[in-house]
Amino acid sequence: MSSVSFKKILVGFAFSPNLKANVYEALRMADYFEGELVFVHVGRKTVEKESLFKEIVASSPAQSKKISIYWKEGNPVTTLLQTSEELHVDLILLGALKRENVVKFYLGSIARKITRKAKCSVLLLINPSVERRPCQHIVVNGFDSPQTEITIGTAFMVAKALGSKKISLVEEISRSKVAVAVDDDRSLRQATLRKEELRKQEQTRVKDVVQKLAVGLTKDVNWTTQSIFGRRGYSIGHYAKVVRADLLIMNARENLSFIDRLITRDIEHILAELPTDVLIVNSKGYE
Amino acid sequence: MNKTRPLLLFIGDLPKNLFSGFVVSLIALPLGLGLAIASEAPPMAGIIAAVAGGMVVSILGGSHLTITGPGNGLVIVILSAIVGMGEGDLYQGYLHTLGAIMISGLLLFIFGVFRLGALSEFFPSTALQGMLAAIGVGILAKQFHVMLGFTTVKGNTIDQLILIPSSLKNLLANPSTEMILASGIGVISLIFLFLYARIRNSVFQLIPAPMWVVIVSIGVMYYYDIVMKNPEVLGANLMITLPENLLASLPSPNFSKLLSSDFIGYTLSITLVAGIESLLSIKAVDKLDPLKRRSNINKDLRALGIATGISGFFGGLNVVTVIARSSVNVNNGGKNRSANFFHAAFLVLFILLFAKQIQKIPLPALAAILVYTGYKLSAPNNLIRIYKIGKEQALIFVTTLVATLLTSLTTGILLGILSTLLMHIILNKSVVLFSRNWLKPNVLMYLEEETGNYYVSVKNFCSFLNFFKLKSKLDEIPPSEHAIIDFSLCEFVDHTVMEGLNDYSRSFSRQGGFFEIIGLDIHEAKTEHPFAIRKSLPESSLFNFQVSLTKRQKLLQKLSSILNWNYLPDPVSNYVDLERFLYFKTRLINYRYNSLESQNKEFLLFDLSYSEGAFIAKEDLRSTFLQIKTCKNMPIFVLDKENFMTALFQLSGLKDINFKQHRNFSRRFYLSGENEKSIRSFFTEDLIVFFESHPAFYLESKGDSILIRGKERLASIQEVKQILSFAEELLKILENK
Repeated sequence: MSSVSFKKILVGFAFSPNLKANVYEALRMADYFEGELVFVHVGRKTVEKESLFKEIVASSPAQSKKISIYWKEGNPVTTLLQTSEELHVDLILLGALKRENVVKFYLGSIARKITRKAKCSVLLLINPSVERRPCQHIVVNGFDSPQTEITIGTAFMVAKALGSKKISLVEEISRSKVAVAVDDDRSLRQATLRKEELRKQEQTRVKDVVQKLAVGLTKDVNWTTQSIFGRRGYSIGHYAKVVRADLLIMNARENLSFIDRLITRDIEHILAELPTDVLIVNSKGYE
Repeated sequence: MNKTRPLLLFIGDLPKNLFSGFVVSLIALPLGLGLAIASEAPPMAGIIAAVAGGMVVSILGGSHLTITGPGNGLVIVILSAIVGMGEGDLYQGYLHTLGAIMISGLLLFIFGVFRLGALSEFFPSTALQGMLAAIGVGILAKQFHVMLGFTTVKGNTIDQLILIPSSLKNLLANPSTEMILASGIGVISLIFLFLYARIRNSVFQLIPAPMWVVIVSIGVMYYYDIVMKNPEVLGANLMITLPENLLASLPSPNFSKLLSSDFIGYTLSITLVAGIESLLSIKAVDKLDPLKRRSNINKDLRALGIATGISGFFGGLNVVTVIARSSVNVNNGGKNRSANFFHAAFLVLFILLFAKQIQKIPLPALAAILVYTGYKLSAPNNLIRIYKIGKEQALIFVTTLVATLLTSLTTGILLGILSTLLMHIILNKSVVLFSRNWLKPNVLMYLEEETGNYYVSVKNFCSFLNFFKLKSKLDEIPPSEHAIIDFSLCEFVDHTVMEGLNDYSRSFSRQGGFFEIIGLDIHEAKTEHPFAIRKSLPESSLFNFQVSLTKRQKLLQKLSSILNWNYLPDPVSNYVDLERFLYFKTRLINYRYNSLESQNKEFLLFDLSYSEGAFIAKEDLRSTFLQIKTCKNMPIFVLDKENFMTALFQLSGLKDINFKQHRNFSRRFYLSGENEKSIRSFFTEDLIVFFESHPAFYLESKGDSILIRGKERLASIQEVKQILSFAEELLKILENK
């Protein structure tokens, strides 16, 4: 298995001004991944709400064959997580509720709680739209971790499904690895050489991962690598913003050792700022 | 295998360093004595600091051309420590202060070990300027009275400033011979110091101004001693006294107040000022280094700490890196750290050989040097310059200045930092921007894999609060590369950052790299950006030349229309090409103006504002230059008039290429360059005859382009025409080759 599949997608929805955009995006996603959709609303079910929602679903140009709608009550985070586990979904999709910065922050905080506990992948859309916005450029992390291979595979799969033409594989190299502090000309030269060495090493590693993938996945995509020296998780978010990426794909956390905990914290950097749409790939599934 | 080459190079450079060390010691002697006296410490304390600094830092330090010794900034802090801890007994206060100095040495050493040199970035540059100005005012206020011959005026800086008129009145009311002589020496010395930079004579300039003051005033004292038979014309309180036996009279530091709040407070302020003064100076000296080396500031801090500890133990003041003496070192051809060592060695020699003569130095002469130093630190045009950057900067400057004068140095700088922060919050109308993003990493740097450029993106805000983050990334880019700094994601950039970036851009252009700043223009349209554009370009901060042209400018304009050239009177700061000339290796270019350019862009005639040296040894110059671009491939050489200085440089190892068959040419000109063989074949018979038969200009070739300078001042229209016709004939000869 070189990637995760998104055959069952759970969409949390609320009756906000963005509802239409969120629903349209979800239907489009299901269409791209040829999967089934599970809409979950946490809140009381009323006749008006139901008819409004069905109306919106029916008006979407993209349609999905299998749609189910659940109405549940309780705490949004736990309810969504519970449902996702009961139904064994592959992906949780969360859209922004309103087009405001404060709410983006709110989405981040819910997303943070969900990604922390979800056993599947999570997709966060910061800017859902009714019209289709093509996803042209995907940035994916390539740092040295057992999950990375599947994450990169998933990125190529997503690129194929969404028709993205460009993927940047970003290796974040921790500055402590350089191990030379720049004080004067000599140490600067040393540090520059050491970085060059690390850069090449990381690039070969990432390129090897890509070369292992099926040719069908990689041949139509223009992929490049980019090494960044900086704090993990943080600088990749900044990078995605700088290159105006449409989607950022990251590893989910691994709850194994102390070091993996650090990575968790780094994802939260990104969740706090949400530079662009973010897909967090969980390769563990429901083992 | 490479070990021997640097060693040979080092030995080969020794004569140059010996020479420049000697010149530096000439300025270090009066400054050392003066700074010590100004801080109410024994005069020897300053010399001990310089000697300890020179010996230790030259061996253990991490910088190349810096000179270390007692610092100007510390005068006020040490003075208040001695007076404060002495409780009436200055000598006891001095012993307590020695303890504080030793501890501050230890602290500086620890800073260096933990690589905290970058901490100095936390101080907003305007607040620092304000603090330095306050120190300058402090020195000036106290020494002004001494300069007039009054050594008994007491009180804090404000009191002393207020008392200046009454001192003047006292002097004029009932002048005695002693008072007239004392104030005469002081005032004439001060006038001389102000005029010194105007005198462009290489022999005269060889001895630094403070040394002239000392030598001449010693001469005056000897005149009274020997000719007038009046050895005690000035009272003992107006003369320097050195201990009879230098070794036996060493004081021992007193640590008995170690844990008192006074002691801790003074130690901290001493450490703060010593650290800031050193780090600022090291940075400034790196900008002057002709070999463009980068100093290891943390290593230097460690060395300064050790030197301070040793100096304090032997009764000396703090050892800091000093800018004026360092710039004298650079200008006199110092090449490496041994110059610092030699400066210390010469000081020891002076003290041992001339102890008697040194005691003939009248205090008003030293006070005049200090008044000049204080004036330079607090120079009112500093405030004007800062006001041009922005009104809020002027407000920060004045707040820090006044707060430092009214309270203490540490409180002053603290208030300066707070007022800067407050100003930023008001300007942005947002606290959140700073509070939420302060600790977040905001800088992304990577090597763009497609282009090979370094790309740096800065987010949120960038001010003195987090400039160190940007700096640490920028420091990792070799200055010979192409760097792009993008501020388009950044909402606010402050003056400290803009100034710092300007330094980077300079060092990149000096080393052949590119340093581009993008994203600020968009930015200005979005938010009113007060500091951004103003700092980076001097042209907008200067008054507008277009309004009314001077007579010379009108004549230049006329000349350009006759020649059918383009004339631009406005100052321009684009001079990248110029910095590659050897002439500007140790000189800092400010801007060029009054540019005349030929249609084919081969000829460019311009006035240039540039400076030599720094701080009290700084000389601002304006000269007219002609730059010619030729497609000819010439060797790199410098051709200058032979004079006393070039003769001296030859003694210290620089080579003059002489032609046996052209004695006259070789005697008149000083010709130097790396590749002697190609220079010899380039200087053919007709070229040498041409130079012999024309007025001598300074001429330099950097291969594809020639630089010609007339006198070290602006050229008159006649002289401009001379230079132009000289250049045309020269080009004709070159084209026939």
